Amino acid sequence: MSWTPICDYDKLLPERGVCALVEGRQVAVFRTYDGALHALDNLDPFSGAYVLSRGIVGTRKGEPTVASPLHKQVFSLVSGVCLDEQGVAVPVYPVRVADGRVEVSV
Amino acid sequence: MSRIVVVGYGPTAHRLVETLVSKGFDGRITVIGEEPRPAYDRVHLTSYLSGTSAEDLTYDVPEGAVTKLSTRVTGIDRDAKHVVTGDGDVEPYDVLVLATGSAPFVPPVPGAEHAFVYRTIEDLDAIKVAAKDAAEGVVVGGGLLGLEAADALRALGLKAHIVEMSPWLMPRQVDEGGGAVLKQHIEDLGLSVHAGAGVKEIVADDQGQVTGLLKPDGTLVDAQVVVFSAGIRPRDELARSSGLEVGERGGIVVDSGMLTSDPSIYAVGECALAGGMIYGLVGPCNTMAEVAVDRIMGGSATFEGADMSTKLKLLGVEVAQFGAMDGALDVTYMDPVGGVYKKLFISDDAKTLLGGICVGDASPYTSLRPFVGKALPAAPSDLLFSGAGASLDLPDEAQVCSCNNVCAGDVRTAIADKGVTDVPGIKACTRAGTTCGSCVPMLKQLLEKSGVEVSKALCEHFTYSRAELFDIVRVRKITTFSQLITEHGQGRGCDICKPAVASILASLHNGHVLEGERAALQDTNDAFLANMQKNGTYSVVPRIPGGEITPEKLIVIGEVARDFGLYTKITGGQRIDLFGARVDQLPEIWRRLVEAGFESGHAYGKALRTVKSCVGSTWCRYGVQDSVGLAIALELRYRGLRSPHKLKSAVSGCARECAEARSKDFGIIATEKGWNLYVAGNGGFKPRHADLLAGDLSTEELIRTIDRFLMFYIRTADRLQRTSTWLESLEGGLDYLREVIMEDSLGICADLDAQMEHHTATYADEWAATLDDPEKLSRFVSFVNAPGVPDPSIVFEQERGQIKPVMAR
Repeated sequence: MSWTPICDYDKLLPERGVCALVEGRQVAVFRTYDGALHALDNLDPFSGAYVLSRGIVGTRKGEPTVASPLHKQVFSLVSGVCLDEQGVAVPVYPVRVADGRVEVSV
Repeated sequence: MSRIVVVGYGPTAHRLVETLVSKGFDGRITVIGEEPRPAYDRVHLTSYLSGTSAEDLTYDVPEGAVTKLSTRVTGIDRDAKHVVTGDGDVEPYDVLVLATGSAPFVPPVPGAEHAFVYRTIEDLDAIKVAAKDAAEGVVVGGGLLGLEAADALRALGLKAHIVEMSPWLMPRQVDEGGGAVLKQHIEDLGLSVHAGAGVKEIVADDQGQVTGLLKPDGTLVDAQVVVFSAGIRPRDELARSSGLEVGERGGIVVDSGMLTSDPSIYAVGECALAGGMIYGLVGPCNTMAEVAVDRIMGGSATFEGADMSTKLKLLGVEVAQFGAMDGALDVTYMDPVGGVYKKLFISDDAKTLLGGICVGDASPYTSLRPFVGKALPAAPSDLLFSGAGASLDLPDEAQVCSCNNVCAGDVRTAIADKGVTDVPGIKACTRAGTTCGSCVPMLKQLLEKSGVEVSKALCEHFTYSRAELFDIVRVRKITTFSQLITEHGQGRGCDICKPAVASILASLHNGHVLEGERAALQDTNDAFLANMQKNGTYSVVPRIPGGEITPEKLIVIGEVARDFGLYTKITGGQRIDLFGARVDQLPEIWRRLVEAGFESGHAYGKALRTVKSCVGSTWCRYGVQDSVGLAIALELRYRGLRSPHKLKSAVSGCARECAEARSKDFGIIATEKGWNLYVAGNGGFKPRHADLLAGDLSTEELIRTIDRFLMFYIRTADRLQRTSTWLESLEGGLDYLREVIMEDSLGICADLDAQMEHHTATYADEWAATLDDPEKLSRFVSFVNAPGVPDPSIVFEQERGQIKPVMAR
């Protein structure tokens, strides 16, 4: 597994996402309130636009989520599964912190 | 059945035609009316004097109906089946409906020709003119309409007298005890009541100018304006001359299906004599119209008489009567200090409620009217004294809305089967509450008791409504979402509660929306201070207050659009929208705009958008006020104000209303004397004409009233509730709103004023502040690991010389 550093951990605001371009893929990286990191594909499968990193981060029944900024479908940050429509999911990517840097693997 | 002709175009004719159309009648409908305009709302006629225009009161002509206005029908040829109009035209019919209404009764006393009546818009115009040079006015007749007319005279600045033949006022609604309490109320307001008095003569000078009213006892009441409101007489002259059967004391005789003595001719409304009665209230007349339509279309509906119950607020006094006005037993509650009189009539076995009378407090009307003819729901003294009854369970067949004949069961069906969860939903579904509105509290009660859990919880994270959260944040001085959700919620929020709380914090504190933790609460539009479009790009709308812009600024917008390759479009709010900006272009675009003096237009926010204007008196030859100047002042005052939903406004410089102010959350229309303020209008999915809140305001009064209106809305509305639905669901409606923000009935106006003062004092342009803050600016990148790289997924093609987005699939 190869890791690509994308930015300093401190650059991430709690409960907001950023987008990174990694090997031609758009990866949405989120820092939740408890400091944990999650990475999803940035492509919103409903609209076809690369926007998930700009959604609102929250929780649903305790599970961390992001809502698409276009039409508000909610995705689990843990599994990438859409919680509002069955059978829809976005890819999740491994993400970690190394030496204060956030790294993702695609 | 192909041709229906309706003679008369009042509210009953309107209801008839409207019902025909809605039931799919596919023949030709012709309505012939002698007034110069289609039917209008007579229940709210008096509001014409306080600024509501004739157009506002006038009902829309139902689609498909042909109207002939200012036209009188002079004859009916029943053999040939046609009517003849005053200008000699012939209109053939298969079915004829007479809805000729009534005329005010003017007693044959000397000088009566100098007096006015109170029925049409033209009557009110004439009274208005006469009142200009008058100091005192008399209304003859102390019934419902008489008191309304007296209130109108008072509003026109006259000292008003009421002369009533009976020993007390409103003899058809209240008994002697109630009349005494009513008299006290009315005299406290400065009106004079002459009960038990008749009219001997209307005295006028040689020029025909009225000087007073002479009572039979020889005393003279000084007055320059006299208005007769002493009952109505059915307009049956056409029926009479056509040989139709009429009643001994007037009225066109109809059977229970509203059919006259001619099987092709129906009569409805105040001209019809149904079961020996003439009905002058809107509810029964509407029912007659609906029965006639049902019959015309082959049904078998019948009109079985009607509930003449009344509830009204006249001169600030609530008066109500329901059911019978006597009974074997009665129980009375009387409080002369508080001016309250309530009486219930009960059967001799003390078990059945027969009726009631209320003055000063009409709450028993709401709670007890549905129980008329049924077992008393509690001991009468409890019902009258403790205010019990407010929570009684209504039987299904109990009528809740008498104007539209809707029963409790109909409302329950709408709630249970159609999933209605609020009062506006019930109104749309059943028509209940859409005419006089007096049953709205009852509708609310039915909703609350329906068992349908109408959760006010914002989302799974907060059990509170937005209004409750607003109060919590305000009273406990909470400044962060984290504090609020830790102390009053659960979890970490979502796309529903976070923007709602962000909006509350912004309304109350007015700091930068991207400051600190608040950045994470915003929808993407607020987070990037621009509007996200379908391909993930943003559009940019600089503020153009009032729609006024210099050529230099227009050129800057053009240059920015050209240099960044943006699609440009003029918006409906008199601004210019620039589309297709990538997130990383936004700061550069805004640097150019801010340098040229532009500010954020908040097109992305639940906030004030624009105050549109017409060109106004500066240029327009019709304008009476400077609408552009006012629009700019208002837009600058309220710019940046965050609210439960977007806010739109407009200012028109004259009654032609070119700015379409009445489709706005708050709209202003210039008058000769100042400004009329309309509130709670809406275009969009469910259009709504704004209601007149106050008329002829000075600019200072206007701004103070708008300040309070906006702040009260911001405080109490639900999330994403526009002012239109907010007002519809506000208990007490427009009157209540007026009491709160114009009469300070809740004692909160100073607070609302202070809140708005804080807003205007602390406003700062969000974009200018963002450009000055490297940390905030650093978020405006497509890729955090490649800040200079544009998003390769964003692709455009050309259309009509500009870009348009291409979606990958």
